[in-house]
Amino acid sequence: MNFENTLLTLLILIPFIGTLKILFMPKTYEKYLMWIAFGFSVFEFLLSLTLLCYFDSTSHLLQLVQKVSWISTFGISYFVGIDGISLWLVLLTTFLTPLVIVATTPQKHTRMYLASFLFLETAMIGTFVALDLFLFYVFWEMMLVPMYFIIGIWGGTRRIYATLKFVLFTLAGGVLMLLGIIFLVYLYHDQFGVFSASLLDMYSLQIPSEYGQLLTPQNLLFLAFTLAFIIKVPMFPFHTWLPDAHVEAPTGGSVILAGVLLKMGTYGYLRFALPLFPQAATYFTPILFTLALIGIIYGALLALAQLDLKKLVAYSSISHMGLIMLGIFALTPNGVSGGIFQMLSHGLATGALFLMVGMIYERRHTRELDQFGGLAQTMPIFSSFLVLFTLSSIAFPSTNGFVGEFLILLGVFQNNPWISALAATSVVLGAYYMLSMIQKVIFGSIRYAENKSLKDLSIKEISVLVPIVILIFWMGLYPKPFLSRMEKSVDYLITHAQNYDLGVYEKNK
Amino acid sequence: MIGFIILLPLLGFLINGLLGHRLPKPAVSSIACGSVLLSFVISFYIFLQFLEAPESWRFINLTLFEWIPQIGVSFDLKMDALSVLLSLVVTGVGLLIHLYSVNYMYEDESLWRYFAYLNLFTASMLLLILANNLLLLFIGWEGVGLCSYLLIGFWYQDIANAQAGKKAFLVNRIGDFAFLLGLFLCFTTFGTLNIESLSQIHLSAYAPHILTVITLLLFIGACGKSAQIPLYVWLPDAMAGPTPVSALIHAATMVTAGVYMIARLHFLYMAAPISMTVVATVGVLTALFSASIAFFQNDIKKVLAYSTISQLGYMFLAVGCGAFTSGIFHLMTHAFFKALLFLGAGSVIHALHHEQDIQKMGGLHKKLPLTHIVFLFATLAIIGMPPFSGFFSKDEILWMAFNKNPIYWVLGVLGALMTTFYMVRLFTLTFYSDSKLEKDKHVHEAPPLMALALIVLALLSLIGGLIGFPHVFHSAIHLEHFLDGFLTPVFSSRLESHGSQMTELSLMGITTFTSIVLAIYTFIQFHKNRDWLIHLKLKYATPHKLLLNKYYIDELYDRYLVQPVRKMATFFWTIIDTKIIDGAFNGLATLSTYFGFQTVKTQTGNLQTYAFVFVAGVVAILLFIWF
Repeated sequence: MNFENTLLTLLILIPFIGTLKILFMPKTYEKYLMWIAFGFSVFEFLLSLTLLCYFDSTSHLLQLVQKVSWISTFGISYFVGIDGISLWLVLLTTFLTPLVIVATTPQKHTRMYLASFLFLETAMIGTFVALDLFLFYVFWEMMLVPMYFIIGIWGGTRRIYATLKFVLFTLAGGVLMLLGIIFLVYLYHDQFGVFSASLLDMYSLQIPSEYGQLLTPQNLLFLAFTLAFIIKVPMFPFHTWLPDAHVEAPTGGSVILAGVLLKMGTYGYLRFALPLFPQAATYFTPILFTLALIGIIYGALLALAQLDLKKLVAYSSISHMGLIMLGIFALTPNGVSGGIFQMLSHGLATGALFLMVGMIYERRHTRELDQFGGLAQTMPIFSSFLVLFTLSSIAFPSTNGFVGEFLILLGVFQNNPWISALAATSVVLGAYYMLSMIQKVIFGSIRYAENKSLKDLSIKEISVLVPIVILIFWMGLYPKPFLSRMEKSVDYLITHAQNYDLGVYEKNK
Repeated sequence: MIGFIILLPLLGFLINGLLGHRLPKPAVSSIACGSVLLSFVISFYIFLQFLEAPESWRFINLTLFEWIPQIGVSFDLKMDALSVLLSLVVTGVGLLIHLYSVNYMYEDESLWRYFAYLNLFTASMLLLILANNLLLLFIGWEGVGLCSYLLIGFWYQDIANAQAGKKAFLVNRIGDFAFLLGLFLCFTTFGTLNIESLSQIHLSAYAPHILTVITLLLFIGACGKSAQIPLYVWLPDAMAGPTPVSALIHAATMVTAGVYMIARLHFLYMAAPISMTVVATVGVLTALFSASIAFFQNDIKKVLAYSTISQLGYMFLAVGCGAFTSGIFHLMTHAFFKALLFLGAGSVIHALHHEQDIQKMGGLHKKLPLTHIVFLFATLAIIGMPPFSGFFSKDEILWMAFNKNPIYWVLGVLGALMTTFYMVRLFTLTFYSDSKLEKDKHVHEAPPLMALALIVLALLSLIGGLIGFPHVFHSAIHLEHFLDGFLTPVFSSRLESHGSQMTELSLMGITTFTSIVLAIYTFIQFHKNRDWLIHLKLKYATPHKLLLNKYYIDELYDRYLVQPVRKMATFFWTIIDTKIIDGAFNGLATLSTYFGFQTVKTQTGNLQTYAFVFVAGVVAILLFIWF
């Protein structure tokens, strides 16, 4: 076993070791806890960058694979690997985590906070790299635990309501998915005589489906997985947990929630729902298209109506995630790669916007839009960053948001011009709510005495935001390194949608 | 080398934007002006090279790097005869306005921010002009929009300015929405967005209606950027920005981007005759419509704004008639005289300590002699007096329109006369007539850099027309129509007219003569009596009110577009999201809690009850088994 094949396992383990380290640190080191956690997450990030060296972008196969038998009676194994779809999501996770740790660590219950985030990182990476259905489910639900505490302990006044809502919604979807997984495992046993929960084995499964029939096993399985994913994305009408969770969650929780957790839903479609249940996916595409379209416009309109800064960003997420779903279900190379690219763009831009909301909340202890105004005078640096992230959010050309949105809309347009045209109204609506927000927050005269003495961003805050700005413009102006590494996987997904059968990559083949 | 034309202002933006607040004002100004100066020098150098080179060699291609490889989009730049002219206008007029701004904005504490935006604007505009790919053009297209937004709201402390900026951006976004769809359709139809590749496609192989739809969608984008009906509403509000910004962005350069785009894609438009008719018609209607609004406006900048919309209408009329060279010709002369009008207005406003109401001006010709003279030049140019530049370009457009359809000519002349009326009114009320100024107000003439910009532009307004000397005079005076020859390789056709020289000359005579008569008449009337219009006002109360309120278009948009969207948003949030969707989920939760508590009641803790239920159960089971 060489280094490459243990890399992903290391990436899963390091934050976990960090968690233990933090939990068992003597009290005298309390002051340094944040820097220890930061050190772990930075090391994790640097290590994850080596993925780029080992990743072969000319192959659509699963790479850096490691497989160890776990519960052999049911064919369950510890099985991890990445391809062009998950590669950047792992990097997004390892990139955002240190930023969140350094930017948002609170004074209260620091130890628990840091441990939660590191543990969350383990679960997130695990989810993106798991290639065993059961393992995937374990990581998927594992995320809930730290997130439950993050919202429940460090959240706002209605945190208990919000965290309970978040957990119940997610669990409700997850449980059905578990049923689906168990069904698949038994189905595999029926067809091949042995138990297996490996995703790669499942791809070769013949799941009964009949053209035009609703209640076929494949359709039902698709629905079981869909419920889990659709809630996570979230799509209309299962989105109401999100604004509550965001508003109550502490800044760090919101950043990770919007930046990474939501992408698990869309990732789930790409990795599981689409390739495992192709006929069902085709069958339900019109419905998902409709829901995505509603989500795009509905989310944008709701963002427009918001009076709370954080809620506005939360609803804008619903709109953007709808667009990503639309791109994925367009099943064209541009649509899908645009969708994946937009997952990264949205993770960065929205994550950054939540960071900024947190920064202003810390100073002003309010998020009511009407309470601000004229901040460009007192906080010019803050205002400049806010404008920059807004540009990415409204898909301004030369930012990453534009590349993603353009590819998605183009990908959808190629088959469904009218749907693309309707979805493109978000270009206008997005600018409308974001610029209205900008206007209320930073422009105009200062109307409240509290706003006069606000301190501008500190060096620490600036250094958290600068890397995100650089990435936003890098991805916007030179997206090639990002797009080229997902290209093969996306092409394979589209050309082999009906007979998807992913193998394992072997070097020197 | 052409990369540097864009790169230099971009560097200026980065330096001033990141470090400007620490630099002294002279340094900030020098960086900003210097970068544009260098770009101008490079553009001029290339222009000279092009003059010497044979026609087919007049282009420079440059590919920087791949942008979105999977749809074949790269950072492709192309300098040809058309873009070199536009670069000269943008950097040349831009440089003058930068210099003017040094004086005009010097007192402002965020001078660095101002110049940073202005440089970013210049860079974006140059990218728009030099892009050889529609998607790259779109970066510049939205980039200039962003700068316009930031500069309109430059004095953001007044929320009205920020509001105007937002309005400009959003109205432009509506146009861009259509523009994007046009790009999608273009890509799905032709498989490329590269302008050069598009120009080599045999368009006759494609269904005409697709070409029509593509060109119309792109034209809607142009309507947003170039303020044509129905998307012109943002431009008058954009006057909230500093006056040099109005001169550069909202008169000379950015707003002409739509005209440029159509000229650049002339091959597509030529293949879609319906679109050409739409372009010409929208153009001429906008020219008339906004000229009529300009009649009764009292804000000096608002009059000029409506006048800009009107003149842009002429440019669209020209390109819609297939006279691309004439459109570009008018674009250039307009850049000179309209920038001059705005800068002159800025000089007046500067002199009068931010007074913009022409009703409160008058008699300034003595106090501001220089401004008066240059403003006169610009006015004569815009109303088309020979030999000022506007005469040549406007007359050429009218002649080409006549060739296309005499109705365009009639409407065009009508618009020209309306222009004469409102411009002479503006000029007379500002510089002549009785002085309404408070006597003790200290009025000062433009400082040196402002004066320099004014003088150069005045000269350009005077002689700028010579680059497009009419063919009809060719036999009399040996002056070529330089522009026509220079642009021929780009548009692959020369200006063609099938009317006789006699017709051309008599039409020219008619328009010029009536315009002169009207100008003199209007001048005398207003000079005699400032309130000349007020008498008219009483006579024609309803039309006056309609015009003064700009046909209530803003109100209509607000009522039937903006408010419904806002109301729908609130309705969706408060009713559908909160009450219905979340209500349903919360109801589900409440229901399960309720059942939970109901079943709790069975756990009474009373042994007798348990015993009773147990026995009852046993009896029930026994009965069930027996029967």
